[in-house]
Amino acid sequence: MPASFFDVDGTLVRTNLLHPTVFYLANQNNPLSSLRAIARAALGGPRMAVAEMLDRRRFNELLFAVYAGISQDRLLLLADEAFDTVVRRAIYPGARDLVQRCRAEGHDVVFVSGALDFLMDRLVAHMGATAHVSNRLEIKDGHATGKLLRPIVAGPEKARLVREWARDHGHDLADCFGYSDSYSDVPMLSVVGHPCVVNPDLRLHKLARTYAWPVISLGVRSRAAQLLERLP
Amino acid sequence: MSMISFPPPSSPPSDLAPRARTRGSHPLVVTLDKKSAPRAAFSGDQLVEIDLPAGTRCIYPRPPIEALKDVDAAIRFACNHPLGSDPLHAKLRPGMKVVIAIDDISLPLPPMRRPDVRERVLTVVLDLLADHGVEDVEIIIATSIHRRMTADEVRHIVGDRIFGAYWPDRLYNHDAEDPRGMKLVGSTDQGEVVELNRKAVESDLLIYVNLNLVPMDGGHKSVAVGLCGYKSLRAHHNPFVMRECHSYMDPVKSALATSVERMGRLVEKALNVFHIETTVNNRMFDRPLEFLHKNEDDWSGTERASFKAMAFTLSRVPQAARQAIFQRVPSPYGVTGVFAGECEAVHDKTLERCNAQYLVPVQGQADILVSGIPYISPYNVNSFLNPLLVQVLAQGYLFNLYRGLPLVRKGGAMIVFHPCTDQFDKEHHAPYIEFVHDVLPQTRDAVVMHKKFEEKFATNPAYIEMYRKGHAYHPAHPFYMWYWGEAGRQHLGRVIVVGADNDYIPKLLGYETARTFAEALSMASGGKRDPEITMMHIPPIAMADVTA
Repeated sequence: MPASFFDVDGTLVRTNLLHPTVFYLANQNNPLSSLRAIARAALGGPRMAVAEMLDRRRFNELLFAVYAGISQDRLLLLADEAFDTVVRRAIYPGARDLVQRCRAEGHDVVFVSGALDFLMDRLVAHMGATAHVSNRLEIKDGHATGKLLRPIVAGPEKARLVREWARDHGHDLADCFGYSDSYSDVPMLSVVGHPCVVNPDLRLHKLARTYAWPVISLGVRSRAAQLLERLP
Repeated sequence: MSMISFPPPSSPPSDLAPRARTRGSHPLVVTLDKKSAPRAAFSGDQLVEIDLPAGTRCIYPRPPIEALKDVDAAIRFACNHPLGSDPLHAKLRPGMKVVIAIDDISLPLPPMRRPDVRERVLTVVLDLLADHGVEDVEIIIATSIHRRMTADEVRHIVGDRIFGAYWPDRLYNHDAEDPRGMKLVGSTDQGEVVELNRKAVESDLLIYVNLNLVPMDGGHKSVAVGLCGYKSLRAHHNPFVMRECHSYMDPVKSALATSVERMGRLVEKALNVFHIETTVNNRMFDRPLEFLHKNEDDWSGTERASFKAMAFTLSRVPQAARQAIFQRVPSPYGVTGVFAGECEAVHDKTLERCNAQYLVPVQGQADILVSGIPYISPYNVNSFLNPLLVQVLAQGYLFNLYRGLPLVRKGGAMIVFHPCTDQFDKEHHAPYIEFVHDVLPQTRDAVVMHKKFEEKFATNPAYIEMYRKGHAYHPAHPFYMWYWGEAGRQHLGRVIVVGADNDYIPKLLGYETARTFAEALSMASGGKRDPEITMMHIPPIAMADVTA
């Protein structure tokens, strides 16, 4: 039986890791705490921007550091609201149909995402997927430390995690499908037999054309992507 | 019931009819001699000259049948005086739900100069519906598992006024993979499942507007194929049925047509359908290319110079420019018939018109069939003719352009001209790429691929998403394209391609390659002295009516 591995941010939903993070920072115990947390995150913005360009894993570490000090109770208490407010509304039209079609074909559907596990739990349930492989915050004494537990789900590590998940659940990777919007997920797409790009960025779109990977659009296609599609 | 009168098929005008060196069955079957000029043919989007040996028969298309003088009057007449049915106006009542289905961009080839005959039929029908208080009207483009048409392509077919009023909410492409959009009609006594577009099934009246290019189009195929999905297509689009078609263009001897007919009769029982079929002549080329219809021995000096100049230019410009030159110029087809009413009664008349345009009587089969492969097929309008479609044209369409006996003897050879470039439209033909580069290297056996690969492909969620939301052909389509060549593959001994720009694509298709026509001829002869050679001089379309 095949499995379908989906990247989430930009692939199934139009939000990225920043959106739920901002939601959490804006919903601290009191407005002053929120202001302080947002200011601290903003100061780290330039470092994050550089890390985003150079090393996706480092970006995740810097981003999730801003969760330091938030209680586990609060993280879980706000999870439903964060999901409803930030994630559910941003799901691309057609994303749920695609996931459902994979399920109807008997695929295990696995979300492989850098987002946090308690949000992915809710997305998996909402979309009717099978499981997720996602990031987990380190919790000590009931509070987030700002560090991520290993393995950190990002970049090339996703490929290893997909291989591992397929092996543990008896899937032949040659029969499996991978879906992503981002060039940083090329390693993950490369380990499955049926890679597919969704709402791709320009670099990934060019690569997909070179290797004749299917290109699908669940959101709005960029003009550049539309132009590229018409080239012979 | 009365019929509008049509002009008889005109005799070849003197400037189009071959004048010299005719033999035997018909003036359009020309036997070449030592003084004959080389024949012109398409090799993809280039033009080539073929120096055929003396004694070769060359079959020319009939000249275009005279077009109707007043098409709109013919449409109104057909709707008011239908065959085997009440007039269209008598079927209408205020408040009813009407679905109009129209043929997609695969017909005609190349696309027709505006106004397309579908626009003219829709204009008359929509006015009639409005006059009778019918407001709930939707227009569905009956794509079956073909790619969705783009907005511009739809506008070209239906015209600005209808496009502006109906697109996209009430004028849209059929979606055979919409889980909520299909409805089971029933099964035939042979177990063929008929599942159709839900809107069409649930309408009070379904009007099908067809454009019939060749005899395999139209009739029961319109609704039973145009509005169906993979479940229904599997009944007849498989190697077993395809092998029993002799030929696709002769509905009486086509197992495919027989299966579709069974399914169509079930549809006609379950649904209230009014068919409007139209036929066009074969005027594919307008001036200054009109001379391509003609016998090369009858070309004037100017025409000869035009051909040379065109062939030279095409050989020098990039492929994208060649594609643009041919595909952006619509054809000046003339409408030759409009028939309306009950499916089979209408289609009989349509077939008469088609056969009058295309059939050329030919006596005797040949050892070797020669043909150029043009740049266009029903499946690459506005895109590149990829290698799989080359196969569809060669062993599928060109081989099947006969009634009676195949033009070439069992085990004979076919020589075709095409570069066989390893190029695909990355969107329209996305699943074709994997088919050609992953399935074909594993097997060319249609039955093996049908059993081992087809369903896996046809249910690939990524390709289905491209079909549903993008403009890709359904992932089952490349398999059907291969099966389309099955009757030809079973009959022909070998296919030799001249002018291929690579060896591996022809090898994947099961073809041999030759650098020159002389070399191909020597290979095809297989040591036989003076083999009988026949060339089909197309486009425009011709069909051979072959007797022993």
